[in-house]
Amino acid sequence: MRRFILAMSFFAALVVVWEILVRKGVWNPVFVPSPLDVGRYFLNFRENSLLEGCWVTVKRLLLGYAVGLALGLPLGLINARFKFSEDTVGVLALGLQTLPSVCWAPLALLWFGQTETAMFFIVIMGSVWSILLATDAGVRSVPPIYVRAARTMGSKGLHTWFKVIVPASLPFVVSGMKQGWAFAWRSLMAAEIYVTILTGFGLGHLLHYGRELHAIDAVVGIMIIIVLIGLLTDKILFSPIENFMHRRWGTRKA
Amino acid sequence: MTTTYTYKEVQSLPPEKLVIEGVSKTFRTERADVVALDNVSLNIREGEFVCLVGPSGCGKSTLLNIIAGLELPDQGQVLADGKPVNGATGGRMMMFQEPALFPWLDVLGNVMFGLKLKPNLSRKDRREVAKFFLKLVGLENFRYANIHELSGGMRQRAALARALAPNPRVLLMDEPFAALDALTREQLYGDLQHIWQRHRKTIVFVTHNVREAVCLGDRVVLFSPRPGRIQEQFQIELPRPRDINSVELAKYSSEIMRALKRHMRAEGEVAE
Repeated sequence: MRRFILAMSFFAALVVVWEILVRKGVWNPVFVPSPLDVGRYFLNFRENSLLEGCWVTVKRLLLGYAVGLALGLPLGLINARFKFSEDTVGVLALGLQTLPSVCWAPLALLWFGQTETAMFFIVIMGSVWSILLATDAGVRSVPPIYVRAARTMGSKGLHTWFKVIVPASLPFVVSGMKQGWAFAWRSLMAAEIYVTILTGFGLGHLLHYGRELHAIDAVVGIMIIIVLIGLLTDKILFSPIENFMHRRWGTRKA
Repeated sequence: MTTTYTYKEVQSLPPEKLVIEGVSKTFRTERADVVALDNVSLNIREGEFVCLVGPSGCGKSTLLNIIAGLELPDQGQVLADGKPVNGATGGRMMMFQEPALFPWLDVLGNVMFGLKLKPNLSRKDRREVAKFFLKLVGLENFRYANIHELSGGMRQRAALARALAPNPRVLLMDEPFAALDALTREQLYGDLQHIWQRHRKTIVFVTHNVREAVCLGDRVVLFSPRPGRIQEQFQIELPRPRDINSVELAKYSSEIMRALKRHMRAEGEVAE
């Protein structure tokens, strides 16, 4: 509780300093909006389609990321198990992972046009390779003694895979999932700023139009929203798993 | 909570008899072929406690792996109650020098792991059996502890409970106490003898500690390295429970130690 209050005071102080600097004219209000302007922008959500933008973006991100997971995790397992897959899909994944995912945007537009599918495609391509590679690396890092111990207890085949190898590789897999998430988030924002999709205006579009209309309060407000969404997903999606792992593996002192 | 043993069905299984017939195993590396085992034959009675002793690299761990079914011999075979071993089944449980406990499960989860692979046990039975064995190794209050919270000795106790819980007919132990401090180890010698006397099992115990072998085994089998062969066998006729510090025990171990050095000298090895 004490920590929470301290942290809150820090952020409150930050906002106050910001407001003062703008009011005193140290920062030009044409380039830096005052926190009150940004607050007014947030409160005006009924008219400025901020909520709708959040929903469109988060939906694209979650769906794309879910598909990325659904492809990346099993492919990573297959990759760790079969030499043929390692030599083919593995090399492909390694190569494509180095490609910044916004580079998929031109291809996605040519293939799918200005549609939701193009957005999903970019998000999936952004996340799937790092998830695949982390799962692969995680499985390979499992100490063989776990598998041997399990086998003497009568575990074999798929049971060994899902009850021993997968949980043992969890720390790697989760860090790969986080990386995949970060890549997906970045690529989606880049794509939304870059491409107009008529079926829905995401946060990236709003940011883009904020610049075109020189609505500095909107630009900064949306950036804050994007940061908050990132923080929230970290807390909701990954923190519970990470806390579990730290507790079980004893990797972080409470 | 009751600790009555409700595991009658499997409990009634007698310990297994092991026959090792002419087992050879060579490991091929890039530099040279290493003959880990050369035509090793050994009979182990049901319920016998046999210790395999020898210097590092004499193939005793390899033999244990072959008995467990984790590795296949190049030649020869292992018969468990007359049936050839060709894979790990869960009937011959292995304990390693490292506890090899699963860090993603708590202590109880680890002990339940092998039990969950027994289809004819109900959930309630499994918990009951797991609790029974945790009590047996003195960890009943650490049921929900995480593995990293246990000391080295407690981890090895948990590993022992995990190995005992599915009631294997054979227990294979590969230097399970080597990494522990002397005090903990002595305590575990007592525990293991006690458990073995109460729940008759065939135990094959690998160690390079001669005193440990004499303290635990009905029989001590001496191995020599490269190629791994059985050199000599010693029956240990001492009453149980044995104390590792007793004088009678020291007589046996110094005799075996002398034999070990003699064989190593004959093989052109420098004694430790």
